[in-house]
Amino acid sequence: MVVKLRERFPDAIREVRHVRDELTVVVAPAAIREVCRFLRDDPELRYEFLSDLCSVDRLRLPEASPRFEVVYHLTSMRNSSRLRLKVRVEAGEPVESVTGVWEAANWMEREVYDLMGIPFRDHPDLRRLVMPDDFEGHPLRKDFPVTTEPRWWEEEGRR
Amino acid sequence: MTETRTMTLNMGPQHPSTHGVLRLVLELDGEVVVRCVPHIGYLHTGMEKTMEDKRYQQALTVTDRMDYLAPMSNNLAFVLSVEKLLGIEATERARIIRVMMAELTRIKSHLVWLGTHALDIGAMSVFLYCFREREKILDLYEMVSGQRMMSSYIRVGGLMADLPDGFERRVRDFIDEFPKRVDEYEDLLTHNRLRQQRTVGIGVLKREEAIALGVSGPTLRAAGVPWDIRKVWPYSGYDRFRFDISLAHNGDVYDRYRCRIFEMRQSTGIVRQCLDRLPKGPVNIDNPKIVPPPKPMVRRSMEALIHHFLLYSQGFAVPAGEAYVPIESPKGEIGFYVVSDGSNKPYRVRVRPPSLLNLQALPRMVEGRLVADVVAVIGSIDIVLGEIDR
Repeated sequence: MVVKLRERFPDAIREVRHVRDELTVVVAPAAIREVCRFLRDDPELRYEFLSDLCSVDRLRLPEASPRFEVVYHLTSMRNSSRLRLKVRVEAGEPVESVTGVWEAANWMEREVYDLMGIPFRDHPDLRRLVMPDDFEGHPLRKDFPVTTEPRWWEEEGRR
Repeated sequence: MTETRTMTLNMGPQHPSTHGVLRLVLELDGEVVVRCVPHIGYLHTGMEKTMEDKRYQQALTVTDRMDYLAPMSNNLAFVLSVEKLLGIEATERARIIRVMMAELTRIKSHLVWLGTHALDIGAMSVFLYCFREREKILDLYEMVSGQRMMSSYIRVGGLMADLPDGFERRVRDFIDEFPKRVDEYEDLLTHNRLRQQRTVGIGVLKREEAIALGVSGPTLRAAGVPWDIRKVWPYSGYDRFRFDISLAHNGDVYDRYRCRIFEMRQSTGIVRQCLDRLPKGPVNIDNPKIVPPPKPMVRRSMEALIHHFLLYSQGFAVPAGEAYVPIESPKGEIGFYVVSDGSNKPYRVRVRPPSLLNLQALPRMVEGRLVADVVAVIGSIDIVLGEIDR
């Protein structure tokens, strides 16, 4: 699988790790959509099920640059195999949306955008998912204050 | 000249059929739903963030509160990820008890689903019967953990405590009786013509759509995908149990009902196998750095006292790294992506929420259908808003 990926995307594969039976491939941000499309459509691989899409703020990790990591957990039902893809970006740097590859990514990308503040390019409906629309800040970031009083928001129409 | 105008209807967040606090904005053309936009977040309490600030044992208690209808499944998923990072595996007895509790949890969760779904489309008495049986499982929960809902029974390294005396007999009584109860539900519902009119061919989700939308659990299997993580990537020893996975082909509300009924029967069989092969032995691994020593030991041994003190004041450190272990919860694929930086608190915890992805498929199932079907469809995907919003 990795050989195939390397052949197809020689410049986009940054790192491959196989730890505790979990395969992780780090992909260049600009290529993520094409890599995902390839993994979904390749007749032998068929990663057609997006299990999860989430993000990690690496601010307090030893290796903190680039700061954010978007993590994709892919499942191939045909081969019963799992794969983790990662994309690393700096704050404010957009990631290619994969909603065109898996519809499932829609809400999960919105959640990442909402809670971690990572924008997705070409997302059809990039709004906050769980926080109110007028909320400021991104709560899952490591530098989001957890001890201050949360700002209260007003009900719609009473502004 | 006639003019077509649509009406916007706000459904929820306080609506009895939205199973919590889900708000749907429906655009209606007469009685037909043109567009359905779910709004979520009313129960968002930042659980993933909270867990970053808790030690691993404390973070476990947060998992109970996500899918509060299936706390032990959540416990199990979190514990498996942490145990993978620690490189430990539970004892044989603990693994079988975990399977047994996970299957009782599945029955319990499906019972709430069946009761509320029947209630949503007008069958009041089934609700009462289902909750009568669920009560018995809650009693079993209380026996093992002292808690009826937020049990935190499955712990890293094993279990909170061994099974109490008389527990096995109580479980056996329950599973002897339960298949008859399922027959009763089926008598009331399966061939009920009114119910069939409300469910057959309603809320259809095709196989390809279900996969693309990341739908999992009974909703996926009802659409004709034979996918059950207990079979594909067996955890906690599921590979040694005999059971069949549910499967249906139409992907409508009725098929989801049939799948869950089938799963309740299969789960009863798994619980019986657990009881039959429950071995003697310890329920916790022999590692005082992870599992607290028994209380009498703490009073007698200095070493045990130190371990006790360290575990309850600092917890245990988990080697740096990341792990994701998906399991088959009653709702679908749930997994905790745990990132550790080597300290005693998780650096980042991400839950793969099955309810969220199942809910995302809702507009696909209701658009173009009648507004009354929306209620039947919401019920059929078995969502828990506590898990969706976290």
